[in-house]
Formats: sequence, structure tokens, C-alpha cells
Amino acid sequence: MATETKHPVGAPTPRNTTLGKVRTHPTQNEGLIFEKSSPGKRAVRLAPLDVPEVDAATLLGDALRAEAAPLPEVSEIEIIRHFTRLSTWNYAIDLGMYPLGSCTMKYNPRVNEFVSRLEGIAEAHPYQPESLAQGSLKVVRELEQCLMEITGMDAITLQPAAGAHGEFTGILLVRAYHESRGNARRKVIVPDSAHGTNPATAAICGYEVQNLKSNALGMVDVAELERIVDEDTAALMLTNPSTIGVFESEIHRIADVLHAKGALLYMDGANMNALVGKARPGDFGVDVMHLNLHKTFSTPHGGGGPGSGPVACKAILEPFLPTPVLARRSDGALGWNYDRPQSVGRVRAFYGNYGMFVRALAYILANGPDGLRQTTEDAVLNANYIRASLEDLYDLPYKTASMHEVVFSDRRQAARGVKTGDIAKRIIDYGFHPFTVSFPLIVSGALMIEPTESESKDELDRFIEAMRAIAQEVDETPELVKNAPHSTRVSRLDEATAARKPILRWHPVAG
Amino acid sequence: MRYLPKSPAERAAMLERIGVRSADELFHVIPDEYRLRRDLAIPAQMGESEIIEYFRGAAQQNGSGFASFLGAGCYRHYRPVIIDSIVQRGEFLTSYTPYQAEITQGTLQAIFEFQTMICELTGMDVANASMYDGSTGAAEAVMMASRVTGRSHSVIAQTVHPEYREVMATYAQHQGLPSTTVGYDAETGRVNLDLLDASITEDTACVLVQSPNFFGVVEDIPAIAEIAHAKGALLIVSIAEAVSLGAVRPPVEADIVSLEAQSFGVAISYGGPFCGVIATKEKFIRQMPGRLAGQTLDADGNRGFVLTLATREQHIRREKATSNICTNQALVALMATVYLTVYGREGMRELAMQNLAKAEFARRTLAAQTGVRSLFDGSPRFNEFVLATEEPVAEIQARLLEQKILGGVDLSRWYPELGHATLWCATELNTRAQMEAAAAALAAREAVGA
Repeated sequence: MATETKHPVGAPTPRNTTLGKVRTHPTQNEGLIFEKSSPGKRAVRLAPLDVPEVDAATLLGDALRAEAAPLPEVSEIEIIRHFTRLSTWNYAIDLGMYPLGSCTMKYNPRVNEFVSRLEGIAEAHPYQPESLAQGSLKVVRELEQCLMEITGMDAITLQPAAGAHGEFTGILLVRAYHESRGNARRKVIVPDSAHGTNPATAAICGYEVQNLKSNALGMVDVAELERIVDEDTAALMLTNPSTIGVFESEIHRIADVLHAKGALLYMDGANMNALVGKARPGDFGVDVMHLNLHKTFSTPHGGGGPGSGPVACKAILEPFLPTPVLARRSDGALGWNYDRPQSVGRVRAFYGNYGMFVRALAYILANGPDGLRQTTEDAVLNANYIRASLEDLYDLPYKTASMHEVVFSDRRQAARGVKTGDIAKRIIDYGFHPFTVSFPLIVSGALMIEPTESESKDELDRFIEAMRAIAQEVDETPELVKNAPHSTRVSRLDEATAARKPILRWHPVAG
Repeated sequence: MRYLPKSPAERAAMLERIGVRSADELFHVIPDEYRLRRDLAIPAQMGESEIIEYFRGAAQQNGSGFASFLGAGCYRHYRPVIIDSIVQRGEFLTSYTPYQAEITQGTLQAIFEFQTMICELTGMDVANASMYDGSTGAAEAVMMASRVTGRSHSVIAQTVHPEYREVMATYAQHQGLPSTTVGYDAETGRVNLDLLDASITEDTACVLVQSPNFFGVVEDIPAIAEIAHAKGALLIVSIAEAVSLGAVRPPVEADIVSLEAQSFGVAISYGGPFCGVIATKEKFIRQMPGRLAGQTLDADGNRGFVLTLATREQHIRREKATSNICTNQALVALMATVYLTVYGREGMRELAMQNLAKAEFARRTLAAQTGVRSLFDGSPRFNEFVLATEEPVAEIQARLLEQKILGGVDLSRWYPELGHATLWCATELNTRAQMEAAAAALAAREAVGA
């Protein structure tokens, strides 16, 4: 059993102490669901069997399971309480600002959830006849067209299940394209500011990763790029705006340098929330890119997924898209086309994370062209407002204009022994989720802040106040920051022991 | 623009602090020639009621009121109401990957519970926090086996879901990981053990089978394991119909289990989002892809949970990571966790037994019709079965559709050697009346012919 720290009997519980926008509130203790289990309790009643019972031992023989799996035995009210209590231990967008840079933690509209659960949509089977799937296919078609228009691309696949899966698909397209011209080429160039998924993707697609150092502005060093791009280069994987939230203003030169050597420009669309309705990658030289529907298009992150990572590309890559692709038949009906001899193959069973398509399309329909543009402007406005309000207290390593996120460093605070991770833990006490810590790698002690458009001026002001208060604490009481958080259910957790002696599942206590 | 929480006056005040006149000015870093100076050509803003109408229209276009015998990797099981009540709590729905453990203990503990339940069901020591789905999970399992053994070749049963096999082929082809497909025994519908044995070489990293396989037949896992292990290859068992674990012996001889958890309370939703998961033996943990939640203590000695063993992952290891996976299927894994908690020890077994009974009755009832024969009858099966018919599948399907029945999946696309064959699935949701109606539709041919 867990050891719980006991509150001294008779000592008053601190109440009404407000820090910024928060005041403490009790959360309930809750053990593992297995610890609530007791034989004979149950939460389910099946409908009576309307066919004859069978003898499982006869039907399955040796393949019969001897003992039921020891799943918990609990009642429905216990399940609701269990998960509701657990839920209260989470921070979430629904509770407040979640400025996790690169993750685009924006509001997840509830109508999206509603429409994705409509019976005819949620219960459609991938193998039901196409004549009975025209509604499902219409949604795919509409979303594909919206996303192609938004990105300025010619073709698209919605099959990839998440951003990294989209990267994988995109780089396979690049590879198939080069192979069709006689040589798959050997290497993929990845800037040192890139997300870890980029080099990992290039590696699993069989490419050697060549690192590209950023220039003094944190941007692609075009001269250096020109030096290393050669006939062995398959592609450059570029995030634009970059992970420091800066638009690569020499993007077209970058594309030209690549194209001159027959290499392609892959864009990681993680930061597309800075561009929708304002600029289109297809217009500035990008050949292939992925989108994250769970970032830019408001589908929920859900504690780490599901995502969806459509890949959009120029016409030259269209023949290589994963099978199947959606096509319009001669009679006007929509259907899947499997006859794609040059395809890279399938990247996922069925057609992708369809439920996410429904949500993303609902978001696009709720916004329209003017709403999407205003959304982008507000996202950039919010980031710049934070920058303008904090740059006197936090070091701004790159002064280039910020788009949808701003990256500070902990240089000034580190001088007092306080690191970005400490500041992150302390802002929890003020009722915010921390920014992204220690990324991108090109900034030492990075604080990567992406507010998204979903924050009101009031919430931003509270965040700014909190960050300013922490800067003051660093000067006056650095230990307070170094030992944060002080208000959470658990204090800092021992990650070293967790990794050294992993406990990855619960075991029943003997006796 | 109902999702944007700012008034014009507030925007103006913010612009003033930044020192620009308009938000558009903030985009000056984008070269002018790449700025979009027109509206995107997408549909105009809709009100919430219009959005709902739009999707209701789409749902209606799909047709409704059909009895379904479709399975083949996507299974219709009853979804208890509380699953959606729980996963729609904003604290779960709108939270990110639990990197900040102090404020994500809810998600972390739920993942830990998920990992435990998957271990208990599959007989493995450890399970990860999820993969995208069963097909990509299988592909990742093959890559994992290659890392563990230092060998490159894989042997894959033809009875594995054809779309899973396609995905594995896509993953393997660019990494120099060749594979061989092993056929099945025409009588039993199980992987042909002699061919399997002959296919394994010194460079075989793994044998991958699905059980219950694509025909619904339970493979002989102990025998397959013996053959694979004798030559130093790992055994990967892919499970597409997870509810089978309530009745079917867990594949404890496997080295890696790649499970699709869709059956555990996840809507079919035209094929996704689903929830893959990889489970394995303890000794292979460090070669596992994907996130893992682990138990630990906080500074005050309270039990807590963290994401752990991250040195395998891309955000730390970059190009040397075990996989490029980042976002997984966390919320869907939570659905599965709630589902398994609702069904519990007894419920899971009862549910699996009902599936067994329903499929057996459906098979007998359908196969009793003239011109209809069920295949692989000597082998153990769970809730799917293959019917061979004298009539072409299209003709049968047309008659079934008239009766508002979605019959079995046509197998000719993948297994032309079976002739006019269909793969049927019956779960606890299929009623006896539906089965009898389907049988009547199959029999209707005689009436026409007579």
C-alpha cells in the first residue's frame, strides 16, 4: 500500500490562501482500482443469451483459457468515483492556460465530440459497402479539400495516425519519388532545432541523418545548407515557423538550394497554427508536409493521443501516396482506389483515425475562412503579448520576430541557481501548466511558451503576473522556486529510481 | 468566431503594448509574395446547429438500421455508457502527454492500470501505454524483434490480417528487413507448421502470427513457439479481437504480444481511432517502443507515477530511438481501461462465452443452408468463421442488403483460392433473429431457383 503523509491531528488546514488565480482545494485520495476489488462485485449485466449455450472446452480444446484474468471486481459507482477522482489530479486546457510550446494546446470544442459520436458516424464499419458509406466518405473528401486549400498542396492522405506517423509517411513519399528516378539517395538533413521525431523518422526510413547547425538568428544557415546539400541528399526536414517560433524568411532560397540538387523540402507542420489563412506552405516551396489535427485543428490531446497526421504534397509525389486513396467514380459516388502501382503501400490498417477527421472538419466549419485567419492572428498576437510583457525579466536568446510561440532562456535565473525546470514547477503553484522545458536544444535552458489563440487577455495577464512574480522569487527566495511545486498532491517524484528499478504494473500483495 | 475569447478593445490594448498597429503587422516576417491576401476557399462559418445538421446528413447518407456481421479487425461490442462519461471529462480529454507528473497523476495512474490489465490478459510481464493501432503495433513489434535478436528477417503467417501485413511490408521495406509469408493449412485454416519450420533461417528475427487469426481460427501457439524458439527466433502474437482473451488461453509462450484493443469499448468509427499496445517479457523492456508509466515515490514518500525509461524514446535519443512514435492513443487506452474495469474478472469471461455461443449458433444456422459450407471446422474458433458458398458473394450480399443485413466480408480480394468465401462475425450484439434472417436470405436463392 501507498504511504501517505499524514496531516498532524488538530493542526488547522490552511484555507483561503490565494496565489495568483488559485486557492487550495482538497482532492481525494484514491488507490489503484485493483485495491478496491473484491470477489463478487460487478458493474455489468449482459443481456440473456438468446442462443443455446456452448461447451467452451469442446469448442476450444487446449486453447481454452484456464483461469479468468484477474481484472478488478468493482461496482459502477466505484468506477465512476475512481476515474473522477483520478481526473481531478490532472491539469487540463479546460481548467486554464496550457502554454506547452510546440503542442498547440487550444480549446477542444465540444460540438466536435458530439458529432463524432453520432450513431451513423461512430458505428460505420470500414468494410461496409461503399454505397452505404457515402456519408463517411463525404467527410473525408471535404476535409481533404479544406486541408489542401489551407496548405496550398495538390494531394493528400489522411491515413497517418499522428504527427510522427505523418513524418514517416512523408519521408517514404520522398524516398519513393527518388527511387522512381533511379536512386533513393542516402541522407536527410535535419536542423539542430528540430523535434526529436524528425531524425528518428529519417532513421526508420533508412536514411542517414545529417545535422544542420542553426545560424546566429536560430534559423537555417542557408550558406551552410548550400554547402552540404548534394546529389545524395533526399530532403531537408524543416519546421516552419521553427521551434523557436520564427518564420524562416529565406524559405524560398532554402527550397531553391534543395531543388537545384534534386532534393525535396519536407515541412514539419507542427507549427501550422501560425500560418493558417495567412500563408501557405505550397506557395513557398514546400514539397511535402504533415499536419497535426490534434494541434492546429483542435482535436483533443486526450492525455497523449489519439492524434492524426495527414500528409499533403505536391503533384509530383501524388503517385506514391499510401493506398487506398479516395476517388470519385464515374457515377459520382466516392470510393477507395486500391489500384496504385507506385504507392509506398499502407501505413495503417483501414483509413486512419477517422474520428479525428470528423472533429477537425467540425472545427474548420465552425471557423470558416475569416475565423481561421482571426484564430491565427490571435495566436500570434498572444505570443507577442507575452514576449513584450516578459522580455525585461527573461532572457530572449533570439530577437527575431516571434510568430505563435516565444522562446526565452533561463540564463538570468540560472545565475542564481534556478533552472527552467524549476520555473516550470513553480508556475504550477500559480495555476498554470508549465511551458515546454529545455526544448529546442539550440537554446540552453529553454522556456518555450505557446499560448495559442484560446487565451483571453485576462488569463494571459495572470500568466504574465505569475512569471514576473517568479522572477522576483528567484532573486529573493530562490529555494522556494527550486523546491516547487508546493501545492500539488505529490511533490517532485523520484524519476531516477523509477527508471533504475522499473515498476510498470501492479502485483497483488501476497496473503 | 465563438472560440476566440477577446473583444476588439482587448486586442487593441494588446497591440498597443506590443507596439504594432495591427495583428497583420506581426506577420511582416513572411515575405510579401507568400502572404495569402484572399480568403481561403473553404466553407463559410457555420453555427453549431448547422454543423450538427451537416454531420447528421452524412450519418443518414450512410444508411441506418442494418444488422451487421462485419468483423475482420473491427468488432462491434456493447460500449457501456460510463466510458464516454469518463473520457469526456475535460481533465482527461484536454490534457497533454503527462510529462509534468505532479499535475497529471490522473492520466499516469490510469495508464499504469491499463498496463497492468493488459499484462493480466495477455500473460506478458510488461505492456506499454499504447501504439497507434494493431497494424502499426505489429510492424513495430517486428522492428523490436530485430533489435533484440540482431537478425533482420521475419516470417509472417498469411492468416494475419491482410491490411496488417501490408503495413508491416511498408515499414520493413526501407530498413532492409525482408520477410517471408507462410501459407495456411487448407483443412484447419491454421498456419502450416511444416512450411513455417522450413521458412525460418538463421537470420530469422521473428515469427508473427495472429490469433484468433484472420479466419477467426485460434492458432496453436505452443507448437508455433516451439518451432520459432528452436531456431532462436522470437514469437510475436498479434491479437485483433481482444475480447477473445476472455475465453482463449493467453499466448504466454510468445515473446511479444501486439494487441489491438478496439474491442474494449472503442467505437468502430470507420476504422479509427483505435488502440494498439505492445506487451512483452521483462527482459526485452529496453527494446520496447512507446511510452511507459512507472510507479515511484515523491519526496514525501507518497506513491506516484511517472513516464519512465524515456531514454528509449525519440525526444531523448533522436535518430537512435527505438521508434519515432510520440503521440499515441492515450484517451482510447483510457476507454479500454474503463471497459475492462466495468466487465471485470467475471464479466469478461461471460462476455467471451456469449461471443463463442453466438458465433457457433450463427455458423451452424448459416451453414445449414443449401450451397453454404463452413470452412476450417475442426479448429478452435472465437467469434468469426468463414463460409464458402456456391453462389458468388456479390449475389448473396445483394439479397442480404435487401433484408437490411450486412453479411460477411468478401475474402476474394485477399484469398482468391477460397472461391466464393466470406468472413462472418457474431458478437454479443447479434441476435438470434438477425442470424435467422440472414439464413433466410441465404436460403432465398433456392426459392428463386425453384
